[in-house]
Amino acid sequence: MTTPSRYWREIPQRYRLEANKCKKCGFVFFPPRLICSQCQNRKFEETKLAEKGKVLTFTIIRVPPQQFVDQAPYAVGIVELDDGVKLTGQIVDCDFEDLKIGKRVKIEFRKIFAEGEAGILCYGYKFVPE
Amino acid sequence: MRDVAVIGVGMTKWGELWEKSLRTIFVETALLALDDAGVDRIDSMYVGSMSSGLFVGQEHIASLLADYLGQAPVPSARVETACASGGLALRLGFMEVASGMSDVVLVSGIEKMTDVSGYEATYALGTAADQEYEGYHGITFPGLYALIARAHMEKYGTTREQLALVAVKNHLNGSKNPLAQYPFKITVDSVLNSVLVADPLRLLDCSPITDGAAAVILCPIEMARKMNKPVVKITGSGHATDSIALSSRKDITWLEATYQAGKRAYAMANKKPKDIDILEVHDCFTIAEICVIEALGIVEKGKGGKAAEDEITYLEGKIPVNTSGGLKAKGHPVGATGVAQVIEIVKQLQGEAGKRQVKNPRIGMAQNMGGSGGSTVVHIFERE
Repeated sequence: MTTPSRYWREIPQRYRLEANKCKKCGFVFFPPRLICSQCQNRKFEETKLAEKGKVLTFTIIRVPPQQFVDQAPYAVGIVELDDGVKLTGQIVDCDFEDLKIGKRVKIEFRKIFAEGEAGILCYGYKFVPE
Repeated sequence: MRDVAVIGVGMTKWGELWEKSLRTIFVETALLALDDAGVDRIDSMYVGSMSSGLFVGQEHIASLLADYLGQAPVPSARVETACASGGLALRLGFMEVASGMSDVVLVSGIEKMTDVSGYEATYALGTAADQEYEGYHGITFPGLYALIARAHMEKYGTTREQLALVAVKNHLNGSKNPLAQYPFKITVDSVLNSVLVADPLRLLDCSPITDGAAAVILCPIEMARKMNKPVVKITGSGHATDSIALSSRKDITWLEATYQAGKRAYAMANKKPKDIDILEVHDCFTIAEICVIEALGIVEKGKGGKAAEDEITYLEGKIPVNTSGGLKAKGHPVGATGVAQVIEIVKQLQGEAGKRQVKNPRIGMAQNMGGSGGSTVVHIFERE
């Protein structure tokens, strides 16, 4: 179960798509990092993810984890955003038959799952057709 | 560094072992390995286990198992790299004997997975993925490999039937392995008509939930030469990492950690892919075997799908892959898998593999992988 602090810590990324960019090689990290995996530089500037991109690959989850039981079947994909960052997330508001590799999508803020009746309502980004 | 040999192996029947606890499964298996090696004392031991904490609520199993095996106070360490934990245990045992710090080392792997519900097992396995940026969005392990499969099909034209053939081949081999969880044959039709788990992967593309353990005994080669059986030595060992989040990889269809670990093992053993006679790989899902044989250079990039179709990876083929039945048919108690792969290679090299024996293999390789490819351990073995 997510504790409030564990949930709260990720809000800058999940709600506001905050990333960082290596000042030396320009690689964008999401979530932000302290050392660049490409050039080991430690100086970064803050940036925000591009909100549009294309589907690189996708699947339809038919046997879900417990918190997602009420949503199954649902689509999850890896999307390459227009800034080159690749992101895993659900693809919603789209019939499964219309899903295909290369499809243009944009990020929207949505509820991801609820942790039981008294638990945290967990929000974040999902992809919808552009 | 000293040359290191495998002088004993132990494995019991894998499956849903409801009547046996983690410690019982371990001790029964480890005793077989001790007997096979003809020793009753060891200098040290390693246990590969992905998540005894989440599966049975027990951490600190290294000491627990050393005690129940009657070996305390020997040093004992549990190691973890998700589903590659067993392979890593072997690497550490190998390094310890090679360095001269110990002579007789027990290397084992174990997972007791059926003490929890299906949901809890799915959760435990899911912790091998990035919990905050993959698991949070509802992806599962079959889902991650399904993402790889769809991308591979799109990029290289790999077909749904080719995926199915990997499972068919591994079950054919598994039908000849009495210790396998599912020792029976399946057909392409049964794979293609099994229930969808995560499109395009179906139930019979997936390795099962399994209780099981495996153990081997390592020692300096001079000691092995005094025994009355063919000497199998470890000549190459490679271990490498990659991002555990699939989305962070440059190419979703390429297993860089497997490529890197393979490169290191080949260099250490002074061998090339064409030198390998038999291969055990981490077929947690059918697509995994396809990607692994590409990353190890056994086939060209993008040609992994054709390997099972052309039957080059069958028992009688040019390079038999997963003669044991693989994770698919033999079962996949995650921490034990990497050690069981070693047992299959050793038995094949010693000519003791029964109905699934390959004709006179001399060099074998085992590839054990964690998560969606975030860690890989590769070993090369040679018969003297």
